Amino acid sequence: MEIDHNSVVAFAKSWGLFYLILLAAGVVVYALWPGNRKRFDRAKKSILDKDDRPGD
Amino acid sequence: MKEFFHRKLERNAIGFVLAIVGVASIGGLVEIAPLFTIHETVEEAPDMRLYTPLELAGRNLYIREGCYACHSQMIRTLRDEVERYGPYSLAVESKYDHPMLWGSKRTGPDLARLGGKYSDAWHVAHLVNPRDVVPESVMPRYGWLKRNALRIDDLSAHLAAQRAVGVPYTDAMIENATADARAQANPDDAGTSGVSERYGEATNVRAFDGNPGLLTEMDALVAYLQIVGQLTQAAQQQTAKAE
Amino acid sequence: MISGLTVSERHLALFVLGALALTGLAMAVAGRGDPLAVHGYIVLVFSLGLGFVVLSALFDPEPPEERLSEYYDDPTRAGIILSLAWAVAGMFVGVWVAALLAWPELTFVDSAWASFGRLRPVHTSGVIFGFGGNALIATSFHVLQRTCRARLPGQFAPWFVLIGYNLFCLIAATGYLMGMTQSKEYAEPEWYADIWLVVVWVVYFLIYIRTLQRRKEPHIYVANWYYMAFILVVAVLHIVNNLAVPVSFGHAKSYSLFSGVQDAMTQWWYGHNAVAFFLTAGFLGMMYYYLPKRAERPIFSYRLSIISFWGITFMYMWAGAHHLHYTALPQWVQTLGMTFSIVLLVPSWASAGNALATLNGAWHKVRDDATLRFMMVAAVFYGLSTFEGSFMAIRAVNSLSHYTDWTVGHVHAGALGWVAMITFGSLYALVPWMWKQERMYSPKLIEVHFWLALAGTVVYVFAMWNSGIIQGLMWRTYNDSGTLAYSFIDSLVAMHPYYIARAFGGLLFLAGAVVCSFNVWMTIRMARRARAAEPAGDVPLYGKAGAAPAGE
Repeated sequence: MEIDHNSVVAFAKSWGLFYLILLAAGVVVYALWPGNRKRFDRAKKSILDKDDRPGD
Repeated sequence: MKEFFHRKLERNAIGFVLAIVGVASIGGLVEIAPLFTIHETVEEAPDMRLYTPLELAGRNLYIREGCYACHSQMIRTLRDEVERYGPYSLAVESKYDHPMLWGSKRTGPDLARLGGKYSDAWHVAHLVNPRDVVPESVMPRYGWLKRNALRIDDLSAHLAAQRAVGVPYTDAMIENATADARAQANPDDAGTSGVSERYGEATNVRAFDGNPGLLTEMDALVAYLQIVGQLTQAAQQQTAKAE
Repeated sequence: MISGLTVSERHLALFVLGALALTGLAMAVAGRGDPLAVHGYIVLVFSLGLGFVVLSALFDPEPPEERLSEYYDDPTRAGIILSLAWAVAGMFVGVWVAALLAWPELTFVDSAWASFGRLRPVHTSGVIFGFGGNALIATSFHVLQRTCRARLPGQFAPWFVLIGYNLFCLIAATGYLMGMTQSKEYAEPEWYADIWLVVVWVVYFLIYIRTLQRRKEPHIYVANWYYMAFILVVAVLHIVNNLAVPVSFGHAKSYSLFSGVQDAMTQWWYGHNAVAFFLTAGFLGMMYYYLPKRAERPIFSYRLSIISFWGITFMYMWAGAHHLHYTALPQWVQTLGMTFSIVLLVPSWASAGNALATLNGAWHKVRDDATLRFMMVAAVFYGLSTFEGSFMAIRAVNSLSHYTDWTVGHVHAGALGWVAMITFGSLYALVPWMWKQERMYSPKLIEVHFWLALAGTVVYVFAMWNSGIIQGLMWRTYNDSGTLAYSFIDSLVAMHPYYIARAFGGLLFLAGAVVCSFNVWMTIRMARRARAAEPAGDVPLYGKAGAAPAGE
């Protein structure tokens, strides 16, 4: 099948937009998901730990 | 499930890697992929000729000395640019340019329509010391171009590499590359007819640096500068049609 | 440092250096009569020299097993020193080329290597790849181990990455002086250097992924996401943009696979994303670790950092086309590039705001601690220059700003204000930890450096804003009779005072980097003296257990 310039452009314009919206929704859902709160809190505090050795 | 999916991604660092590559590269693909079908929409330029071996060598010197850092070769579709420099640049004009030299900065003026604008002697004097010709200029001197002999023994390999990336050099052009370079800078050379035969009657054949006996880097660079924007008349014709 | 490697790692190092020396020899032989041969000799001498270093410690005893319960920081220490060496060299050349635009004869006249066109990439690569790249590698190894609570998987691979990367930088810089360049901005090195960088980068990636897989923490800390994006996307960009066919295996010269429009779009897709993933993502990784650590406060919003991560990763890729407004690039690509460049402001400001909000409530620390102030000012400049970038991507603005010094000013607002400031701030935090000192040799010199850097940046950026806007306006001014009012040379003459001011601003910034190097050097000496003063005898090789200084 011959792919012509206009159909490639049309595909890029339409699906690119869908992809953008889906991705944005996915990221926001992940970041705000209540179940993740504990892990995020732990992560942001754990770097302030003074211990300077690899874990066991 | 979304959340579960991401957690799994994270546990498995490889999945995370794939996610980053995927998310990041789709943007580029969507934007760039269509440009590879662009030839269907780009203007045609049936009169377009290829760089001669001497001009190609000169173009490589233009790259070597970093000229592109201060001079663009891309006239935008803005009134003041067209009036200052000439007809705006068309995509087709750089279709044989591997790499393109559109540039990003104009510390000096745009050069897209430089070819034929000044004499060879002006270019030579300007390159040896720009301030002899333009007192306010801040361009560096390029005196060594006049002293260095041009390397031409490997031009066939250069043309062959150009053909490998898609420039339609013929076998005869590749075979005669060295001789053509020598002949183009020396009107008394026996090979000059071969140059016009392979690259067109309009090809400049002369001692660009003013010294026919010696083939220098200056010959090559000036030969290139005199052909910038002159490989096709498509842009000039388009402007003429519009008027 | 060699005695820190296990015996089998020393053997591996010798083997790799031998293979590298042979490659150098092959380049020297195949490239006779071509500048490629010079690079062959450089590779040969480089690998033989390192080979002798390894040989000299080849028969030292095995390092003790206790090392495995410590982090492996030798490459980080070396990386910090290399980074500062490149900073001084790269910024010195920067001041030189800036001066050349004001006084074109201020050079070794008629020496090809000392002309503007050849020195300029030495400056850009020297600061971006030499200074920035080494700082990224050094800090990434440090952050990676701490946030994973896992030691690097081996001791040879990190050295391979650090030294291999610096060999790439050396080949690049010496190549430019000899005129070897692909003419692609920020991707100038020729094909063989590019292939070498791919090898180095694959090892870098493997170190990262293997350490992540050995981590003791359930969650991957967000700084690592940014470092990962930096490593991965730079690999993709580097490979695609450098596709080329060499003239022969005996030639340094190559011809790019793409031509014309495709080449321009690929180049600026690369160029813009090098800014995004080298100069932004990597340094954001630095910021997300060292800023909270130095302020001793957790990041303001972890969720926001995740959202802005994916936003930046996704959107930067589309923005490159704004480098080609009004050119022969199709209109729809230009519009797409412009739109995404503007939307990009959202995740960028989210990151900058997140950093500043972290400091909210700790402003007294920012006031007293120049190190933290470096990081704060970096976040402010990050916010400013991303705003400026989005603004300049608007077609109407771009029609004025493009091709002018405004672009140069914008780049330096980001490079000096954001990249260099966050790096200096992170290094000032990191150096005392790495050399086990309470603090830097002289806090006062950090203060001096801070004001030199800030003044230098402001002078530079204002000079370039002025010159850029004047230039852009002069080029498009018409007189009453409807013809262009100024010749090109008129605009050039008008730039002269700004070019002097710019060189002066750069000089201030360079002076700051020299002060920083001195301070770091003295801190290292302080550490050496302290170690020498310790009683000899059964001092453990890797520091006393539990004696890690506070703050780490």
